[in-house]
Amino acid sequence: MAINWQPSADIETLIWRAQLLTDVRHFFAERDILEVETPILSQSAPTAPYLDSFTADYIPIGEASSRQAYYLQTSPEFAMKRLLADGSGPIYQLARVFRNGETGGHHSPEFTMLEWYRPGLSVNELIVEVDDFLQQILHTPPAIKRRYQQLFQQYLLIDIFTSSDEEIEHCAIEQITGLPADLQIDRDGWLELLMTHVIEFELEKLNVPVFVYDYPASQAQLAKVVKDNNGNAISARFELYVGGLELANGYDELLDANELQQRFEKDNQQRRSQGKSEMPIDENLLAAMDYGLPECSGVALGIDRLIMLAMNKQTIQAVLSFGFEQS
Amino acid sequence: MANYSTSEFKSGLKFMQDGDPCSIIENELVKPGKGQAFNRVKFRNLKTGRVNERTFKSGDRVESADVMEVELEYSYTDGEFWYFMDPTTFEQHAADASAIADCKNWLKEQYIYTITQWNGTPLLVTAPNFVNLTVTDTDPGLKGDTSGGGGKPATLETGAVVRVPLFISIGELLRVDTRSGEYVERAKS
Repeated sequence: MAINWQPSADIETLIWRAQLLTDVRHFFAERDILEVETPILSQSAPTAPYLDSFTADYIPIGEASSRQAYYLQTSPEFAMKRLLADGSGPIYQLARVFRNGETGGHHSPEFTMLEWYRPGLSVNELIVEVDDFLQQILHTPPAIKRRYQQLFQQYLLIDIFTSSDEEIEHCAIEQITGLPADLQIDRDGWLELLMTHVIEFELEKLNVPVFVYDYPASQAQLAKVVKDNNGNAISARFELYVGGLELANGYDELLDANELQQRFEKDNQQRRSQGKSEMPIDENLLAAMDYGLPECSGVALGIDRLIMLAMNKQTIQAVLSFGFEQS
Repeated sequence: MANYSTSEFKSGLKFMQDGDPCSIIENELVKPGKGQAFNRVKFRNLKTGRVNERTFKSGDRVESADVMEVELEYSYTDGEFWYFMDPTTFEQHAADASAIADCKNWLKEQYIYTITQWNGTPLLVTAPNFVNLTVTDTDPGLKGDTSGGGGKPATLETGAVVRVPLFISIGELLRVDTRSGEYVERAKS
């Protein structure tokens, strides 16, 4: 059989890609946000239960028996926060990141992430900046904002704060045809399914970028947990959806090192219960946060998906010079 | 029995679902950034022809379906079954009415058809994209429906009715597109 050596993107797309990266750098240069580069390989890795890192061994010359485990970054977040703690001020990075196992039309195990941090900016101010970014780079109409709770109320008639686990599970089974009969997932798992299988399609129909914000406290990841106006605990986090794609994820960054350590340990417990190996916790990050991370908001945005939207391409492979299967 | 993991899913993969052989049309990995992974799969039930959607937990496995496509030549029908022959081994295969379905309109001796077999039994018969068929009935001459669209109906030797230009008459051989059921041109006999 003939070897398919040719690029998975056409040259016109690669020209666009180069131009778009130039536009992105211009956007940040205009705002005096510093471009940084951090290591791709790290001795520690994120603990998130559904995020799997690639591993790579470091072998000192002539010492094949003393391998040292390194991990390819799934995002540049931890290293960038250490720069922030050291007083870098606002920073951004165009980083190559790696997520093991994730292959699909909208997923590549190796992809490019744009991540930026804004000390002193609230998460709402960051949403405005991300919207400016979209309008300038992608020429989208102004975005709209929807609270997570509001979306579930409007499209599914459930209240994420008061509905029981059973009510949420029943809603998902009723709304989504063809789910596995024996599916055993937790409350957040059912909420995620309703998001990906029902609400995302509704958001796509709105034909404008949508910021979804105020996620359940249990989905805080590395965002602060705060109280909303009604006294419900929510995570100060947003996700951006454009044209049916989940494009960006932003936080009002958690500053408390102890709280973060507890989240890491809880994650590792969950990994253990799933039969996955625990990940080495990033002690450098915890020490930096102990020293003091400035109040800041941050966001990670998928550059390849941005190019898919800009060029109206249906698969991520069509915007990569060589897709993962050809790499 | 062989089985496939969701990571092997791709369009055209044949697998068993609820006891029926199915073929994947579309497979999509659905995974929020740090959330759980699922595969949303659109597939055709090869027995009923219906398209369904199903969500699998990524990493789940399905049983493979013994589905094969073979190219066979149409021979004849006894009214109950339609008989196709392997042109190299001369082996005969009988397809029933549900396997023939709409292909009935395009069956002609000596043409090669694609037969989808499940465990060796014909499940679906697909016609070649074009067949040449003789007109057995149509209004004479240029008289026809002038109210709109142009053309007139013509009955072909298989019983199929297609719209043809007004100049076509009985006995002519026509090239027909079996996918759209439309007249293409007069065929050279």
